[in-house]
Amino acid sequence: MDWLDDANTRWVLLGCTMLGASSGILGSFALLRRRSLMGDALAHAALPGVCIAFMVTGARSLEHFMIGALIAGVVAALAIQAITRYSRVKEDAALGLVLSVFFAVGIVLLTLIQHSGRGNQAGLDKFIFGQAASLVGSDVRVMAICAVVVTVTSLALFKEFKLLCFDAGFAHGQGYSPGVLDGLLNLLIVVVVVIGMQAVGVVLMAAMLITPAAAARLWTDRLGVMVMVACIIGAVSGVLGTILSAQALRMPTGPLIVLSATAVFLFSFLLAPKKGLLSRLRRLVLVRSMVGRENVLRSLYEIAEATGSWDVKVTEGELAARRDTPIKNVKRRVSRLWREGLLARQANQLSFTPRGLQEAYRVVRNHRLWEMFLMHESQLAADHVDRDADFIEHFLSREIVAELERLLQIHGREPKLPASVHPLQESS
Amino acid sequence: MDERVTTTEEGPTKKSTVTAKPPPLEVHDLTVAYHRRPVLWDIDFAVPKGRLVGIIGPNGSGKTTLVKACLGLVPLASGWVRCFGKQPSEQRKRVGYVPQRESVDWDFPIDAIDVVMMGRYGGLGWFRKPGSKERKIAGECLRKVGMADYAKRQISQLSGGQQQRVFLARALAQRSDLYLMDEPFQGVDAATETAIVGLLNDIKAQGKTVLCVHHDLQTVTEYFDWVLLLNMRQIVFGPTEEVFTNENLRRTYGGRLNIISDVADAVARKLPDKSKDKWTG
Repeated sequence: MDWLDDANTRWVLLGCTMLGASSGILGSFALLRRRSLMGDALAHAALPGVCIAFMVTGARSLEHFMIGALIAGVVAALAIQAITRYSRVKEDAALGLVLSVFFAVGIVLLTLIQHSGRGNQAGLDKFIFGQAASLVGSDVRVMAICAVVVTVTSLALFKEFKLLCFDAGFAHGQGYSPGVLDGLLNLLIVVVVVIGMQAVGVVLMAAMLITPAAAARLWTDRLGVMVMVACIIGAVSGVLGTILSAQALRMPTGPLIVLSATAVFLFSFLLAPKKGLLSRLRRLVLVRSMVGRENVLRSLYEIAEATGSWDVKVTEGELAARRDTPIKNVKRRVSRLWREGLLARQANQLSFTPRGLQEAYRVVRNHRLWEMFLMHESQLAADHVDRDADFIEHFLSREIVAELERLLQIHGREPKLPASVHPLQESS
Repeated sequence: MDERVTTTEEGPTKKSTVTAKPPPLEVHDLTVAYHRRPVLWDIDFAVPKGRLVGIIGPNGSGKTTLVKACLGLVPLASGWVRCFGKQPSEQRKRVGYVPQRESVDWDFPIDAIDVVMMGRYGGLGWFRKPGSKERKIAGECLRKVGMADYAKRQISQLSGGQQQRVFLARALAQRSDLYLMDEPFQGVDAATETAIVGLLNDIKAQGKTVLCVHHDLQTVTEYFDWVLLLNMRQIVFGPTEEVFTNENLRRTYGGRLNIISDVADAVARKLPDKSKDKWTG
């Protein structure tokens, strides 16, 4: 770990960690308030603010830059609001408009400063893409103060921000003005932008606000946990990006931090429990195979019901034709049912085993009760329906199931079992 | 309560308020405009205490806007609103609000009891965190709407009716004297509808007042003792049995209701004929 011996690297590491952590916390609220792109606009707007601050004071100081960025941010936010309110331009277009205009002004001012021949233009151009390596102790101190302010304020206003993000109208009705809260949120975003400007740059700052929060959302359904996880993901990305850039790659730190955060997001997107892609795919496959299996049982049951003979024999082709299923799929499902001992096979003739007939009865009955329920849902007093439940008895009361059975009888859809297969199991 | 009389520049007339307590909700000559186009005008009514009032009108007739105006959430072009004799903004704690269910993102990372606790936020004030007392109140309110078993459920896993119950529980947690509800019956199952009606009557029995935006004309007489018929302007306001008449409905809904009721009349006339055919045939 000899790279840690370098004092400069330690400052960079510390700065980037704090940047990641505070942008993760704040990004969670921005994301849920659907204001992620506001962060992007405010970040781009910071550039002209910083340039003007430099032109006025003639010195390079983060404190002054922050004031400049704040003022520019407020102007940008007001401009977006005014455009949305007084023209027919929608908010997304207004955001894009303001973002690029402010950035263009920033670049023009930057060029002016460079041509003015002032020796200490002090790497203002580094604010566009960031240069973490140029961080020094005093910068990191300012960043630390900002990070603490952002963290403490968002935790102190946790309840208020939660209310704002979930239901701004209700917040207003409770006496918390959404205007004031949104303003506070934007103010904090500008502070985070100032923290990140030097390390990541204004162009990539939006990623620091969005990515950790979006990744965190995939792991949890609780806001408090989400904020914590986003904070950790942001901090880890900061550390990872710094190490990668300092160690081997000799690459700029900012983009590597953003790429690290993106890697964490991709990892979460694939592997998060419940919301991850793999877990969703797995559920889809399970549902498909369950539905396929039940369809084969139902097809054979319906053929038997129509012919009136419970030991009717059919071929796979006939089963496939019944539901217009590819024969390949039917073959696969039939052989599974055969292994389960639900279907009997003689040559290529298929028929129910006694257990298979009972299972088919259970499936068909459930299916038809569902049909009835969906048809008559509005008249049935179903309090709490959990549609994820497989069998209707799992979530509808005994009375409602009895009512549904009566409806099946009226419509002549009630499935039957031959007397020999009894005793009829009460499905549990 | 009486400093109201001193703030009467454009407040309620003294004549009507010297003796009686100020009504839960009083709206005078209200106009609301969006982008300089008026969407509500000629609104003038006072709701007596302990009534269940239905706000009835076709789509786009300004029902939601009226509710928001009564809560002080939208700027008024003219006129005034008083809740218990004061500005709505001064009466936040006495006025409960149930917004439309569709107005929020139900995929928000929060569980049912947390939503209900939001009803206590107004009482807590800035920076103070909800504690065990708030949690207890929220639990009780969830129980009142039959959702105690679902306290820890993430809200996206609830059905539409259950989500509506959570919203009602949140309003109950506000412990207000006046409730404004925007379509609480929208898209709920039969059991939830019954539960909500029971709840409204409980609230009324405690001497509290409820205004409900409502869609279903069939149930108006059954659910509400007073109605406000609205179509951009106020058509009529009064006790249901007096003002909920075909004539007033026609004035509210215009041609649309005409067609419906004509069809209904025709069907009603047809029915006996049909049975006669059966007998003769």
